[in-house]
Amino acid sequence: MKCSIASDKFRRKFAEQIEEICGERISLCYQCGKCSAGCPVTYAMDYLPSQITRFAQLGLTDKAMKSSTIWICASCQTCSVRCPRGIDLAKIMDALRILAKRKGIVPKEQIAPLFDGIFLGSIEKYGRLNELSLITKLNMASGRPFKDVSLLPIMLKKGKIKLKPQKSNPGKEVRYLMRKVEKLESK
Amino acid sequence: MARIGVFVCHCGTNISATVDVKKVAEIAKGFPGVKFTTDYRYMCSEPGQDLIQKMVKEHNLTRIVVAACSPSLHEKTFRTCTQNAGLNPYFFEMANIREQCSWVHDDREEATLKAIDIVKLAAAKVGKNNPLQTTFIPVEKRVLIIGGGISGIQAAIDVAFNGFETVIVEREPSIGGRMAMFDKTFPTLDCAACILTPKMVEVNQSDLIKLYTYSEVEEVSGYVGNFKVKIRRKARLVDENKCNGCGTCWQRCPVRLPSEFDMNLGKRKAIYVPFPQAVPNVPVIDQEHCLYINKKKCGICKKVCPFEAIDYEQKDEVIEEKFGAIIVATGFTMFDHSIYGEYGYGKYKNVTTGLHFERMLNSSGPTGGKIVRPSDGKEAKKVVFIQCVGSRDEARGMPYCSRLCCMYTAKQALLLKEHNPEAEAYVFYIDIRAAGKNYEEFVERVQDEYGATYLRGRVSKIFQRNGRLMVRGCDTLSGTQIEIDADLVVLATALIARPDAIKLAQMLHIPYDQNRLFTEAHPKLAPVETVTTGVFLTGACQSPKDIPDTVATASAASVKACGLLSHEKLPIDPQIARVDVEICSGCLACQEVCPFGAIEKEEIVDRVTQQKRWVAKIAPSLCNGCGACNTACRPGAIDLDGFTEEQIFGQIESLTADKGDER
Repeated sequence: MKCSIASDKFRRKFAEQIEEICGERISLCYQCGKCSAGCPVTYAMDYLPSQITRFAQLGLTDKAMKSSTIWICASCQTCSVRCPRGIDLAKIMDALRILAKRKGIVPKEQIAPLFDGIFLGSIEKYGRLNELSLITKLNMASGRPFKDVSLLPIMLKKGKIKLKPQKSNPGKEVRYLMRKVEKLESK
Repeated sequence: MARIGVFVCHCGTNISATVDVKKVAEIAKGFPGVKFTTDYRYMCSEPGQDLIQKMVKEHNLTRIVVAACSPSLHEKTFRTCTQNAGLNPYFFEMANIREQCSWVHDDREEATLKAIDIVKLAAAKVGKNNPLQTTFIPVEKRVLIIGGGISGIQAAIDVAFNGFETVIVEREPSIGGRMAMFDKTFPTLDCAACILTPKMVEVNQSDLIKLYTYSEVEEVSGYVGNFKVKIRRKARLVDENKCNGCGTCWQRCPVRLPSEFDMNLGKRKAIYVPFPQAVPNVPVIDQEHCLYINKKKCGICKKVCPFEAIDYEQKDEVIEEKFGAIIVATGFTMFDHSIYGEYGYGKYKNVTTGLHFERMLNSSGPTGGKIVRPSDGKEAKKVVFIQCVGSRDEARGMPYCSRLCCMYTAKQALLLKEHNPEAEAYVFYIDIRAAGKNYEEFVERVQDEYGATYLRGRVSKIFQRNGRLMVRGCDTLSGTQIEIDADLVVLATALIARPDAIKLAQMLHIPYDQNRLFTEAHPKLAPVETVTTGVFLTGACQSPKDIPDTVATASAASVKACGLLSHEKLPIDPQIARVDVEICSGCLACQEVCPFGAIEKEEIVDRVTQQKRWVAKIAPSLCNGCGACNTACRPGAIDLDGFTEEQIFGQIESLTADKGDER
């Protein structure tokens, strides 16, 4: 694919956007590849983590945001800890996810964004996570209703999952926090 | 009869692991003339040398054989040791049982047998060694420096500081070389002129430094300490003694020509100084374009010169001077990118080189410091830099890395952004080689702080589309093919040897490599010396070098040259060829094969016939003892001291005699 590199201006703006979201400077990356070398989940990614940074540097924003890599990233922070330039790449992945979501370019086949949404919904509602509702909703939304069903009895028996949602008292405060974040983001 | 002592070295385990050194020493006892043998862990150590000296006294030894490493490593050590033991230093032979035996064999038994043979050869030779005396030649205490760039300038200053007279021969009308053309220097961004011109002035003001600008070395003869050099002083048509550089002549000259100093981006006159800070500040008349010289018209410069310094009748002058040492500082030239069809065969006006860009950056340059498109003079906003043009390209016969393009490109990208923060800088590179003090940090800064975009990949093609220059490359890091429409493309062209490098190398009898770069005597241990004693190298004529490296080698070469000159007389190796004039038939076949020009013909009066005849004569200071003449001599009149036929045949006999006795 031939591509004309985005203009200096565009690239600078994009880099600033990322810096604003996560405080990391992508221009620092000199492409040594240590992040990609240590990443435990590259086998499932379409591009290597270092390539994502590269796309971001060159302003190839679509390529970066449409890639599966940013959603596969488990935020284990192996890359962040080992980066010789001190870049927290996990944070940059976060930033790219946020930007992708804002732009509405979330690939359908990716479960991670679904998970994130349901997870936050559960927190908002109960003030803490309701595992059963999360699993059920995620399984329905991703079209795999019977995934892991066989594990249910054991987990119930062991008390890992409760049938009744447990509410947390500070649920109100969590909701307040979330409103505040929404307000900040919409600015 | 010689009393030989054989000392076998273990060299730690270097030798002893493969060769049974004790057995070698034991068997060597039976060789003819050998009176004492022993083995020791490190012969070259102080106790090892003491052992030799002690055994010489104890056993009344007159010849020494040390079986150890290569003579190129420790021959000198043991010669001195032999001398300290009270013997002639040439009563010593080295048997190389390391490089030529233990290091190249695995079989211990076979290797031991071979080591025994090697020691036997040395013992057979040393018994027939003649005492040789080192001879001395006088030294002319002056240094010739060929080339007046930063390299030659620094060398001249250093030599003069040591109190020796120096002559700089510079081909151009002014000293200063390439550095004078630069705008700023990496990584500190000092202005090149600001740090160079004080040195140029120092050269001009020194009583010990003589400048021959607009001059060329034509012929070099002689040898270390006594070089005779013919220098052509090209006709300037301006009397250097009368002219005071007022500039009236070049202001009034009506002929306008492209300026070579400004890479043809600016103009100069037919009478000109290449740049304002030129040293000497004396113009030169371009004879090819001067109206008076060609058509006998004009003559304005002569009319307006207040000092009557213009002399149209001046002719080239060839002078001959003597020097003790020569420093070669002829520098480099730029690779011609027009052989690259994919980069437009040099036809696109807006595809320039780093040196062009450097002149544009310079505020006293042809564009007054503005970065413009040469095609229309409009400001260039989008600039693409391409590294490795003519470097690392084996298909074009240019295998090497030019070493400084990464740095000067980074600097130029930075300066572009400084001149115009709105400008865009793209750099295509293969690798970034920034191995110098503060270099890596500099390159990082250019990318991070100044926002130059680095793209990893070689540019495949430059072409025109809708009147725009298109650069098609690739960024292998992201795996994308990239097209950039550029206002200006700057090629970081390779640094290559000057076209006449071979001619100079032949004149000086110094070797050059496949890239026509002069070869140092040893890449690590003699980096500024050449195999021709008394000729030293500095700067980019040896390999591409940046300014810090060039200045360092200039100082190194001048220390070496001054070291030579600090001797009243120089010793020469006595292991050289000798002619027996009684046998010499005067055919001079030897003269033809001598690679050092050490053989002359001499007229003598024959002892028997009392008639005059020609014979070969060897100049001891030029002879390197290679032995080429020895083998070419039909009547067998030439022998090589230290390697006489008697010695060599003695060695052969020792091996071909019955071997049963000692095995």
